[in-house]
Amino acid sequence: MQITRARKPFPIHLFVFLAPAVIIYTIFMVLPLLDSLRLSFFTVSDQRVETFVGLKNYITLLTNEDYSVNFWNAFRNNLVFFAIHMLVQNPIGLLLAALVASGGWGRRFYRTALFMPTVLSVVIIGFIWQLILNPLWGVAGSLLKLVHLGFLFKPWLGLPAYALPTVSLISVWQFVGIPMILFYTALIGIPEELVEAAHVDGASGWHIFWRIKFPLVLPTLGIVAILTFVGNFNAFDLIYTMKGALAGPNFATDIMGTLFYRTFFGQQLQLGNPTMGATVAAMMFLIILTGVLIYLFLWQRRIQTYEM
Amino acid sequence: MKKWLSLFSVLVVMSMLLTACGGGATQAPAPAATEAPAATVAPAATEAPAATEAPAATEAPAATEAPAATQAPAAEQVNLTIESWRNDDLSIWQDQIIPAFEAKYPNIKVTFAPSAPAEYNGVLNTKLEGGTAGDLITCRPFDASLALFQKGYLSSLNDLAGMANFNDVAKSAWITDDGKDVFCVPMASVIHGFFYNKDAFTAVGIDKVPETVDEFFADLQKIKDNGTYTPLAMGTSDMWEAATMGFQNIGPNYWLGEDGRLALIKGTAKFTDQPYIDTWAQLAKWAPFMPSGFEAVKYPDSQVLFTSGKAAIYPTGSWEISVFEKDATFPMGVFKPPLPKAGDQCYISDHTDIALGMNAATKHPAEAKQFLEWVASPEFAELYSNALPGFFTLSNAQITLKDPLAQEFMSWRGQCKSTIRYSYQILSRGTPNLENELWRVSAAVINGTMTPEQAGKEIQAGLDSWYKPAQ
Repeated sequence: MQITRARKPFPIHLFVFLAPAVIIYTIFMVLPLLDSLRLSFFTVSDQRVETFVGLKNYITLLTNEDYSVNFWNAFRNNLVFFAIHMLVQNPIGLLLAALVASGGWGRRFYRTALFMPTVLSVVIIGFIWQLILNPLWGVAGSLLKLVHLGFLFKPWLGLPAYALPTVSLISVWQFVGIPMILFYTALIGIPEELVEAAHVDGASGWHIFWRIKFPLVLPTLGIVAILTFVGNFNAFDLIYTMKGALAGPNFATDIMGTLFYRTFFGQQLQLGNPTMGATVAAMMFLIILTGVLIYLFLWQRRIQTYEM
Repeated sequence: MKKWLSLFSVLVVMSMLLTACGGGATQAPAPAATEAPAATVAPAATEAPAATEAPAATEAPAATEAPAATQAPAAEQVNLTIESWRNDDLSIWQDQIIPAFEAKYPNIKVTFAPSAPAEYNGVLNTKLEGGTAGDLITCRPFDASLALFQKGYLSSLNDLAGMANFNDVAKSAWITDDGKDVFCVPMASVIHGFFYNKDAFTAVGIDKVPETVDEFFADLQKIKDNGTYTPLAMGTSDMWEAATMGFQNIGPNYWLGEDGRLALIKGTAKFTDQPYIDTWAQLAKWAPFMPSGFEAVKYPDSQVLFTSGKAAIYPTGSWEISVFEKDATFPMGVFKPPLPKAGDQCYISDHTDIALGMNAATKHPAEAKQFLEWVASPEFAELYSNALPGFFTLSNAQITLKDPLAQEFMSWRGQCKSTIRYSYQILSRGTPNLENELWRVSAAVINGTMTPEQAGKEIQAGLDSWYKPAQ
């Protein structure tokens, strides 16, 4: 490797290439985000007059029982939602990536087929799975009965103990394609020579995967983890589609996104509260920011990247 | 190194795209969320959308303003848009109601633009704040619309001549607490009750509809023992059925209608009192008669279960008539909520449900008022009640109903005392929201994850946290 220290002219073209993304992100993401943060420090009266109240909304959200019980419940559920994704979605993603990357017949087909659910509309996913799991005419119950396991069937989406894991697993099913493609990209980026050398040294397939390939895809694992984290704490649509804004039964599937929606837009006779909604949104932003910072400073700096 | 770097940068770019895309899908409400407040901050923003609509309205000779149109009706076509949650009624409005109006007022074109019931309130609020809402607003009863009026989104309709066609009870849902301003023209009320499959009753050997709670459960048991039909078509997945079609349906018999409702508002009764606990206790006993896996059964599921002839009884309200008559192939009947004791006075929930108001920011106030005058007329009352059997006009006008099921529902008004769903007036103004809480606990009681006593305690504690009855 050689590093050239010769001074190059300032790369103006960088700005040209960055500009579209920066401008669009600023207008549609950064500015609204800042305005939403600003709003969380205000209250709005019936006459639509805004008053600055400092941190009062945050104190209400975290300490007033009418809000805090729901907030902490949503936060806990969201952690469970995230844990299920990390423990199920990402290992399966890695496994599928390893299988697809190992080549063989039909690998293109599987690569596409496994990624398909990711590009489908969440509304369709929610609708299909509700039909599959429907206790009246769903195929899940009849299939279980066919193999004499009918007693295992439960109305999973309606039971407080099962609803959240069920919704999480449906989300896993939908998004497993993303870690798969990321791991797959990392796996096919590993030079053949390394693997061949290991073969020559007499390493088994198992050894090669864990001792050579896995350390090399470890940086990708970090990216996958942070993507999952951001996606999960922003999640909303699947639960809204399947369980509505009240995220039943008894708030068992309520996560930050649905709590935000309910607070901001209201629900049936409950009127929306824009400033408290903005406060919930700001808390979501803080949580995600914390996660991303942990990733940047504790993971990305320490992880050993092998240069090839 | 180079190779690694480029690979890494591709990954980073990809991941950013994914967060953006994934985010785009999952964060759907976020941009909208931040738009709405922006609109309230900058008044200019609220004008902008209206401005973009303007060209459509002024297609013809340049900038003639709306009021001018009333002086020369034929000169200019005016478009009015109705916001509504009744997307089931779309074809009825398009094919029957609006043509009848347009025949009389050829210069006004009316568009019925409904959104999904569960989203209506949120969507409407956002549209009003953003200045993009239609000219005519379908009003939810009581507090939801009152809040819109207080925020200045709805016009006062005190000077509407047609208001004389409605009595005080009819207007009570769309009037300020001091009774000074009325802001929506009452359109209809809905009555709660039970539908039943007449074939199923004959097959099982039930010859008359249940009058009392004991008879009701005896009949349910009979149907269950027979095994051909699901006794009670209902699920708790959507939760509102448990509260609206369960609790508010059978409850008035326990809390004695308006007496119990007003006592709650005055603070002389509490949800921990026996009548309310008894109501939940009866609901809890429904569970064994509901379809297996009812915890995950949704509203459309139970509708289909009933209309496909697989269930015997369906607890609901009169709004279901037109849907059911279209889909069901068997003869249907309806019966009143069963009485706790034979011979008791019966009470029904005759809920003032729907009205029409005017967007204060409309470009065509004169035409919108013309439409509202027509909605207040006896002609509309008859047209609407017959086009939508199950929605009973609140007008004083004498009308004839053609639908037999609607006639049956309507006849209960003469036999029983009427009340409305109590969560709608005053009691849903605070946090936690009473209506939402009622959905949650009623579903939990039927699911068996909460006792009736716990439900009463939680609801009352929530109410006590913000509601101080004026005594």
